[in-house]
Amino acid sequence: MTTQAHVFVVVVTLLAVAFVIRLVRRRQLRAKYAMLWVAVCAVIAFMAAVPSVPNRLARGVGIFYQPAAFLFAAVVFLFLVVVHFSYELSRLEERSQVLAQEVALLRRALEERRAEDDGVSAPPGT
Amino acid sequence: MIIPAFNEEGALPGVLAELRSVLEARGIDHDAIVIDDGSEDATAAIAADAGATVLRLPYNLGIGGALRTGFRYAVSRGYRRAVQFDADGQHDPEEIEGLLEALDAGADMVVGSRFGDERSTYEVGSVRRSAMRVLRVTVRLLSGRVFTDTSSGFRGFNERTLELFARVYPVDYMESVEALVIACASGLRVTEIPVAMRTRQHGLPTTRRWRLAYHYLRLLFVVLATATRRPRPTEVRP
Repeated sequence: MTTQAHVFVVVVTLLAVAFVIRLVRRRQLRAKYAMLWVAVCAVIAFMAAVPSVPNRLARGVGIFYQPAAFLFAAVVFLFLVVVHFSYELSRLEERSQVLAQEVALLRRALEERRAEDDGVSAPPGT
Repeated sequence: MIIPAFNEEGALPGVLAELRSVLEARGIDHDAIVIDDGSEDATAAIAADAGATVLRLPYNLGIGGALRTGFRYAVSRGYRRAVQFDADGQHDPEEIEGLLEALDAGADMVVGSRFGDERSTYEVGSVRRSAMRVLRVTVRLLSGRVFTDTSSGFRGFNERTLELFARVYPVDYMESVEALVIACASGLRVTEIPVAMRTRQHGLPTTRRWRLAYHYLRLLFVVLATATRRPRPTEVRP
């Protein structure tokens, strides 16, 4: 890569970090995800600043075209992130199910209580 | 009294009984609110038997989520003051009066510190101690205030703080440090008083070292990001 390209990558990652920090400050991003993306940006910026390191790493695993090694690593990493998000999503779906069910049970209990207060038996349902 | 409890059926009856007898002897009018954070044991039933108001969460939210439930309850019922109290018996109810006096003296939030004086004999591990020191220095630099114990869960809150925390109380591990910084950044008067604490009657902290290190790093990041926020005296209310 040319020097311009390195500078460009570093600037883009710095902007990404600034954006992540902005989200944390507005409490729109949980800190654990912020940490993840800041760490990713740090690694990318480091590799752009010191290109000999990714070159050596690529040769170390037997890949002689360094961008290929980088793209492979990126795909593997993003795959792991997506799997993790699927897991989190499943958990959230389960929890929102439980919440909706709780609300249904509470609503029924409230209706029964109201009907008792009115002196009539609860309606069979709504 | 806001008492978050997760699987505390062992300690809770004794804690609630002692709390009630001490506060009644001092003539302090109070309601004990136990937030059952999705316990799998008989925590909720035991707390109700002991005369506490129980808020039962459908699943475990963690200490921050449980506390925010308590703050929301306090705000919705029009309480003007609240004290957070641990269900595991490490807090001494004799110290509550001191917290209330600090609130009377004009504090919006008062933290009971373990390290404030020699009475305290609280033991913490080495990773925790050094990390606590780093956080303490950071909080001091950012808030311009000295807090000797940033992670205490023995705290008093007035109406203003309750309203803030009912909306924005943090939910991650070690949430009290973040809460302290949020309170200072929001312009609340936070004071600290020394309290004696006991060792836990039941259960032990189980977090592993590397996890603890991660959490401290995360906390440092959040604290730095939050505290450098422009202070907004008039926060938007939902």
